[in-house]
Amino acid sequence: MLAIDIGWGTTLAIKTLVILMLVPTGALILGYTFLLKVMSHMQSRLGPMDPGGFHGWFQLIGDGIKFIQKEDLTPAEADRRVFAFAPAVVVISTFLVFLVIPAGPDIVVKDLDVGVFYALAVSSLSVIGVLMAGWASANKFALLGALRAAAQLIAYELPLLLAVVGVVVQAGTMSLQGIVSAQSHNSIFGWNGIGFPLVLTQVVGFVLFLIASQAELTQTPFDMPVAESELVAGYMVEYTGFRFLFFFIGEFGTAFAFAAISATLFLGGWALPASWGISVGVMRFLGPGVLFAKIMGVAFLMFWVRFTYPRLREDQLQALAWKFLIPIGLANILLTGTLKVAF
Amino acid sequence: MSTTNPPLPELEIDPRLYRHLADAQVNVELDTGDMILNLGPQHPATHGTLRLVVRLDGERVMSADPVIGYMHRGYEKLTEFRTYPQVTTLINRIDWLSSFANEVPFIDAAEQLMGIEAPPRAQYIRTILTELSRIATFLLFLGEMGLQVGALTPAFYGFRDREHILNLIEAATGGRFHPNFNRIGGLKDDLPWGWINDTRTAMKTVFDACDTFEDLVAGNEIFEARTRSIGIIPPEVGTSYGVSGSNLRASGVDWDLRRDGKPYLAYPEIDFRVWTHPDGDSFARYWVRLQETREAARMVLQLLDKLPSGKIMAKVPLIIKVPEGEIWAETENPLGQMGYYVISRGATGPFRVKIRSASFSNVSILPWLLRGVFVPDVITILGSLYFILGDIDR
Amino acid sequence: MKKLKVPGLIGGLGITLKTMLKPAVTVQYPHEREEPPTRARGVIALKEENCTVCMLCARQCPDWCIYIEGHKEKRPPRREGGRERTVSVLDRFDIDYALCMYCGICVEVCPFDALFWSPEYEYSEWNIARMLHDKQKLGEWMDFVPEREPLEVGAEVKK
Repeated sequence: MLAIDIGWGTTLAIKTLVILMLVPTGALILGYTFLLKVMSHMQSRLGPMDPGGFHGWFQLIGDGIKFIQKEDLTPAEADRRVFAFAPAVVVISTFLVFLVIPAGPDIVVKDLDVGVFYALAVSSLSVIGVLMAGWASANKFALLGALRAAAQLIAYELPLLLAVVGVVVQAGTMSLQGIVSAQSHNSIFGWNGIGFPLVLTQVVGFVLFLIASQAELTQTPFDMPVAESELVAGYMVEYTGFRFLFFFIGEFGTAFAFAAISATLFLGGWALPASWGISVGVMRFLGPGVLFAKIMGVAFLMFWVRFTYPRLREDQLQALAWKFLIPIGLANILLTGTLKVAF
Repeated sequence: MSTTNPPLPELEIDPRLYRHLADAQVNVELDTGDMILNLGPQHPATHGTLRLVVRLDGERVMSADPVIGYMHRGYEKLTEFRTYPQVTTLINRIDWLSSFANEVPFIDAAEQLMGIEAPPRAQYIRTILTELSRIATFLLFLGEMGLQVGALTPAFYGFRDREHILNLIEAATGGRFHPNFNRIGGLKDDLPWGWINDTRTAMKTVFDACDTFEDLVAGNEIFEARTRSIGIIPPEVGTSYGVSGSNLRASGVDWDLRRDGKPYLAYPEIDFRVWTHPDGDSFARYWVRLQETREAARMVLQLLDKLPSGKIMAKVPLIIKVPEGEIWAETENPLGQMGYYVISRGATGPFRVKIRSASFSNVSILPWLLRGVFVPDVITILGSLYFILGDIDR
Repeated sequence: MKKLKVPGLIGGLGITLKTMLKPAVTVQYPHEREEPPTRARGVIALKEENCTVCMLCARQCPDWCIYIEGHKEKRPPRREGGRERTVSVLDRFDIDYALCMYCGICVEVCPFDALFWSPEYEYSEWNIARMLHDKQKLGEWMDFVPEREPLEVGAEVKK
């Protein structure tokens, strides 16, 4: 990609650094825009206005600094090592997802051939972190939250997967770069004005993916594990200071990652339609911007639903996943496969 | 000194003592399979300092035991040493969300003992302010019920729309939350200029707010799934436990003290409808309070049209000494049926006041109601019964 | 036109979107202020020349937060040959706003109109001892007492 030849060690270092910086920044931007500002305006109020002067942009950064300097409290009866390691597991799984998300023609850490499979597999590692956090906290509320989370996160892995299979069948490849180029280079019945974003035929898959990722992120209407008015932060209740900061970054970083994946799979990712004739060099600059805009759009949908709906009870949640979403996902795959072979 | 505890004796726990031994059982019995969870005094869902000791089997509640008294302020003792105006100030704070409605039965009792009647204009304004308090507290309920089941936004809408009512009450009485406006014989002061038009405008906002809540919360399928068939109170069980107010009307019992009890204030002179719902579940309680908010707004508009002119205060002596006697006065408060039993010995203050608060009886049904429900449903039920801790503990 | 029956889930989304697009109702407090109504019970002001140290307000206060001390002085008679008058002079009149319930019984009960309500509310202090306002500070609050406002139609006009 670059004109000069730098060794693989330096490339690795640069890529690691970029990912390490990207995840908290993405979490911050998402958190500020949606959690603080959009939520406030939906509730007819203003959100932070003073920190930093202009509409309170410094609020989350200030919160981060505040969290870092807090005392590191561990409950007396907690399992110390597990308690300390749990947030790290959640955050590590977030970082790992970002490895395959492409932001431009060559801007990707590693374009794996099984990109989609890898991304979904690695994002389920956070379940272990949640369970560790809940059990090691020595708190009954945390335990309740963790057990609910385990059941819920495992149940909603399946609709997530099934929604994506339809995309893979239609695009013909599991690598994310391949899916992006399939969307920008194809055409709809011969008209290639906007390429062929897969959301047009995979509407069901898109909705299913959004619902399932909402549940994977434990956001309302699926936030039983973190039910604020019952369990007051559920499995995270005993965490303070920078450990809570890790959970926060994990939650919003994963939201960023899922929004990026759904933008890539369904909306065309970083690419603008190939028929617009933009050169690869220009796309190297525009790509991240286009992806960012699409991420913001998808994230707006996710957070809009989060702020409006009450939460489902645990058994209703499970019934929704097993009796409703999975059959729809299977039917979607069947339909996609049949139509793909026919046309 | 031995470092190990001696073995615990076999305790024969008398079932009548169960309530008092709720703490002891945590230490004594370590059952397998049952978990004792303390929805403790500090909890976002319990509207204050209510402690609910629930025994769980997984996520099902086996038994629930409310422990009250964390907010006991000794009202009945306080009233023994204070004069009538001072008591009026204090009892504002029993149910702080609809504080004007707390004063009304007490002043009613004192006026009956003295044998004087407040002039019609005072009665009408008292009714208007009571109904405004009802609207204010129900708007908060409509918002926070959404919060209990997980929706964040309705709570803010509730507070935002309530501001209009609080501004009205402040313009008339001087205090947003604690009006302290009733006096024996009438009211302290008349309404300020422009208040009637402001109230009419505010009622329009109330109607819009009710429509918003109906669309955002009551019409939401997830809310219905969370609240339908949850916490059904059969009418006989409700009446035998002393549940009153909207909770009872949501079970189908057509009983409203404004219409069926002894006539008080200006209620005999306006038409209003008493709303009931046959189901008796949490959704019914939400629905009944939604309709009652609209009904209260309609009542306020009727009262404003019919407001008579005249004086605000009847002729009372400068130092009021209420003659000897005992009397019971009750009213339909927003939370339920509230009553005062006032014993007077001819002094400037009451000899003894017994306060019958609505939430105390509403909460007494919790051990019966919470058997066999899930933990999230406990929260829904607590939210739908709508008690205020100040009302329970006084 | 009959309203379309949309499922409640979609309708709810519409409401939050509409609210998001309308301006927020927040009043940003330190920079903008909402004016409380004229009758709002913010702080009590003392008009010293009217006070006769009758102690009614201190007795009627539910919290006993008013501290009054006075002494009697002799004044010359009003006309020649009359008796000497005794006048009560106010030494100390403190209201402890850390205890005050803002009920207004003292203002109401005063027979000589020496106490008035004012809607001022911004007098918080870092030190709780400074919440005890003495005679001079209460006199300063008199500048903030609003005029008596006109009453609504239908009210009896008192002279």
